[in-house]
Amino acid sequence: MSEKNQASRRVLSEYTYEALPVERGYTGQTLYVNLSDNSIAARPVTDVMKEKFIGGRGFGLWLLWHGVKDDTKWNDPENEIVISSGPIGGITQYPGCGKSLVVAISPTTHSVMDCNVGGHYGPLLKFAGWDAIEIQGKAEKDVIVVIDGPNGRITIEEAPDAPVDTHLIGHWLIEQLAEKEEDRYFMSTVSAGTGSENTLIGCLNFSLYDRKRKAPRYKQAGRGGIGTVFRDKRIKALVVKSDPVKGDSNHPADPVRIARIGAKMHKEIRDHDDEQNRMRRQGTSYLVQIMDDYDLLPVHNYKYGSHLDTPKINSDVWLQRFTQGLPDGCWYGCTLACAHAVDGYTVRTGPYKGQKVIVDGPEYETIGGCGSNCGIFDPDDILEINFYCDTYGMDTISFGTSTAFVMECYEAGILDKEKTGGLELNFGNGEAAIELLHQMACGEGFGKIASQGIRRMKQVFAEEYGADPAFLQDIGMEAKGLEYSEYVTKESLAQQGGYGLTNKGPQHDEAWLIFMDQVSNLLPTFEDKAEALHYFPMFRTWFGLCGLCKLPWNDVVPPDNAQTDEPAKIPEHVQNYVDLFSGVTGREITKEDIVTMSETVYNFQRAFNLRLGFGRREHDAIPYRSMGPVTVEEYESRAERYDKQLREILGLEPTGMSIQERMAALRKYREEQYQKLCSAVYKRRGWTSDGVPTLETLKRLGIDFPEVVAIVEKHL
Amino acid sequence: MKALEYDPELCVGCYVCEEVCSETWFKITDAKKSSIRIHDDGQGNLNAIFCNQCGECIEVCPTQALYRDRKGIVRLRKKLCVGCLSCVGFCPYGAMFYHPDQTEPFKCISCGKCVEECPAEALAINEQ
Repeated sequence: MSEKNQASRRVLSEYTYEALPVERGYTGQTLYVNLSDNSIAARPVTDVMKEKFIGGRGFGLWLLWHGVKDDTKWNDPENEIVISSGPIGGITQYPGCGKSLVVAISPTTHSVMDCNVGGHYGPLLKFAGWDAIEIQGKAEKDVIVVIDGPNGRITIEEAPDAPVDTHLIGHWLIEQLAEKEEDRYFMSTVSAGTGSENTLIGCLNFSLYDRKRKAPRYKQAGRGGIGTVFRDKRIKALVVKSDPVKGDSNHPADPVRIARIGAKMHKEIRDHDDEQNRMRRQGTSYLVQIMDDYDLLPVHNYKYGSHLDTPKINSDVWLQRFTQGLPDGCWYGCTLACAHAVDGYTVRTGPYKGQKVIVDGPEYETIGGCGSNCGIFDPDDILEINFYCDTYGMDTISFGTSTAFVMECYEAGILDKEKTGGLELNFGNGEAAIELLHQMACGEGFGKIASQGIRRMKQVFAEEYGADPAFLQDIGMEAKGLEYSEYVTKESLAQQGGYGLTNKGPQHDEAWLIFMDQVSNLLPTFEDKAEALHYFPMFRTWFGLCGLCKLPWNDVVPPDNAQTDEPAKIPEHVQNYVDLFSGVTGREITKEDIVTMSETVYNFQRAFNLRLGFGRREHDAIPYRSMGPVTVEEYESRAERYDKQLREILGLEPTGMSIQERMAALRKYREEQYQKLCSAVYKRRGWTSDGVPTLETLKRLGIDFPEVVAIVEKHL
Repeated sequence: MKALEYDPELCVGCYVCEEVCSETWFKITDAKKSSIRIHDDGQGNLNAIFCNQCGECIEVCPTQALYRDRKGIVRLRKKLCVGCLSCVGFCPYGAMFYHPDQTEPFKCISCGKCVEECPAEALAINEQ
């Protein structure tokens, strides 16, 4: 370390260790760091953890459960941030095997939050000797936590010179800790930004070093404000360095089995991605036009599902903006390579105006949330928002959905220029949205209110501006305190459940059933929908237990997939995952075991929600905007569709009814449908009619631990 | 750029090339460690799979382990390779190989040893 570098960092605490070797996907120990007393300790991974909680999100939930109390709040010192990859995480042969799972108590939901994020931190953490890092306590001054695997040294350090915003601190840390180019390859950082300090929607940026661009790139753990918890603990950054990654760093039980499946999958992507979703060229932006075509793209705070200007922000545009021909995987060996970037973007507003930067993305959710949902159809506005959200450490989904809500309130007269400090927050005003973002990040002006997320804005607008709370409830697209991700669900009851019946809040990572339900009509009965809302959330939860990405499961499919018995499940890929898990851990599993593993963790998380005061039917309520038309203009925009449903489903003749009568009849029906869906899903999941896991369910899954039973019993 | 060429009309299917290749690069006689593979379709038609130095794999490699050397040959820097096998799946000719004994894949680098030993003169190294 140079003298200059030493001067800018002061070690508060040091811990030396000898990294345990990775065996069959596990190191067998987790790292505990307490920032209140600067203690650092190794903790063993128990057999129960491996057998029942697997890794990743499962480890995170287990460690958090034991770290917090029943009344722990997000900003209490005992709240933890746990990061863990999972047993498969870190293999390089199969696409999408480098994810990190982050768990904490959320500042927006006040319950358990989990995020699945790319970048290299989780796998390198394992290769530095740790299956998870668990951070508790709060530092007095800003700190960085550095894990130096090759030298077996962990330090908590004050780094007063370190910037806070991600695109700056990422470079700063590289200069401090990896002067030589090759030292940068196996180093990764986690950072947030000033927006995480001043909002409740903070995100974490997980870095990877992009060898071709010779610069760090970032993937975001966006949902639920874990970046806010990070800055509340006064962490500026986490750093991990590991020995060079090799093909056998994860020491799988059966490397041949993994190599065979991996090479096959790479070939499948090579042969079929171009004719399917073109993820390698355009990433998830391919979804924009498809969603618009099916009336599912959120427009103007989810009022509508399509817009004439969508071609201005669809993948044709991003194909031109994304640098092509680079291996844009967020972990080694991900040939689906969706992590694209716009290079050489010149920032045009705010503190970094004039800087040339790499913008990571935009991905579909950012385009939908910060673009169409706010009526913004200028790609440069979307890039500006994307860049600043990332470097400020703010979730683009919550920013987009919150801003769309603000814009509807502005147009409805709930807000005006006086209340917004001069911002004309009409739909489509990109400049105003960008200014709002800067205000939110700095905690200034109207941005200070908007930065609290929709649930709190609803309260402020009702209490201080006299707005109708019922209207705000209808149009505020949040559930459980988390802002919706970017799909219109009005015509898919199953996906209303896919959002509402989630553990953490309305994020589509549990289930995306719109095409199965609405387009293909494969889920006609409540039982069919309940089965899908059992299978898919359970199956998809498993990715987060193992350190996997969901995208290689169904964003490319084998050419004969449509001819299989259950095309929506992608049977060949499910078998790949069975082989991967068995091949890594040596624990031979079946496809049914995947669902059981997930069910175990999923029900534990439901019990965790109960413990923190949530997790029952009332908490699965969703805003009416996600079920049907709230406003007259919204009804009229799709009047033919709604009138037809009144006629065919409810036997009502709309011609004799006023619009309000028609809206009321439709609403009554749809709200009843949602409650019936909840009942059917609870039954299928082995829960009571109030959404509480039964003791039989806990026993069947082997999580009838006394402390879990004691909590659940209170609600039976 | 020098690349291997193969004439199926001259090939007698003796598999000497596979033996020579694996002996040269792995010091063992094992067709599964050869960078040239002779395929017999069972109907008397022979074909050979080997790298023609097209370089498509270079773009796919996430670690810049694959590169074209000064003579135009596509080569692998083992030190940089993370064993992801992306190149194996993306080779248009199926000519990037892997073997359980090592994590890095391997390929023909136009060394010409098989050409020297081929009894039927079915192989040649030619400038492309």
